[in-house]
Amino acid sequence: MSSSKISILVVSGTSERLQMAAMVASVGAVSGTEVSVLLSMNALQFFLKSNPPNPPPEGPFGRTMAGKKVPPFKQLLQSAVELGDAKIHPCSMAMDVLGARAEDLESFLAPPLGLTRFLADSAGGQLVTF
Amino acid sequence: MAEKQVIDARGTFCPGPLMELIAAVKLASVGDEIEVLSTDAGSAADIPEWIRKVGHEVISTTADNGVWHVLVRKAK
Repeated sequence: MSSSKISILVVSGTSERLQMAAMVASVGAVSGTEVSVLLSMNALQFFLKSNPPNPPPEGPFGRTMAGKKVPPFKQLLQSAVELGDAKIHPCSMAMDVLGARAEDLESFLAPPLGLTRFLADSAGGQLVTF
Repeated sequence: MAEKQVIDARGTFCPGPLMELIAAVKLASVGDEIEVLSTDAGSAADIPEWIRKVGHEVISTTADNGVWHVLVRKAK
């Protein structure tokens, strides 16, 4: 049973922010924290099954990180699900804007979620935004 | 009989070594030992932190020529 909860709202499309969001989700989930992630805005496109783009770096750290053996952010999020029961939800609004269906997205994602439910579920825990 | 496994995570960055260890702990039996080799200082600190938090045992943490050796035992 989790002793704490963290909700992570991911809207960015840059490698540094996606990487940190995935690191927080994965380390939190494997440490017993209840983790819920909402992928929206610029973040959702990277979770398309077919031909997803690569997120660009935001600054020099991202460019340096690209040349190092850092675990890929999608792999970390999948680990968060498999090892720590994290829930990674696509935002239903972002799916509508992109014209994406659930079957177009990575299979480790949880069902789509709207903001109302995400905010309600985040009550009592931490909410962080990337 | 307790098994010992070595995870060579040298050259990879946080939280890669920790995630590899967790996957191995999940598959291991109680009493098994797992040694993680890591060149990442952050992971050398994070791994014992996680091990203690979830109730397993840190046997030793040593450094040798820039490589951390973190030896743990699955306790439950």
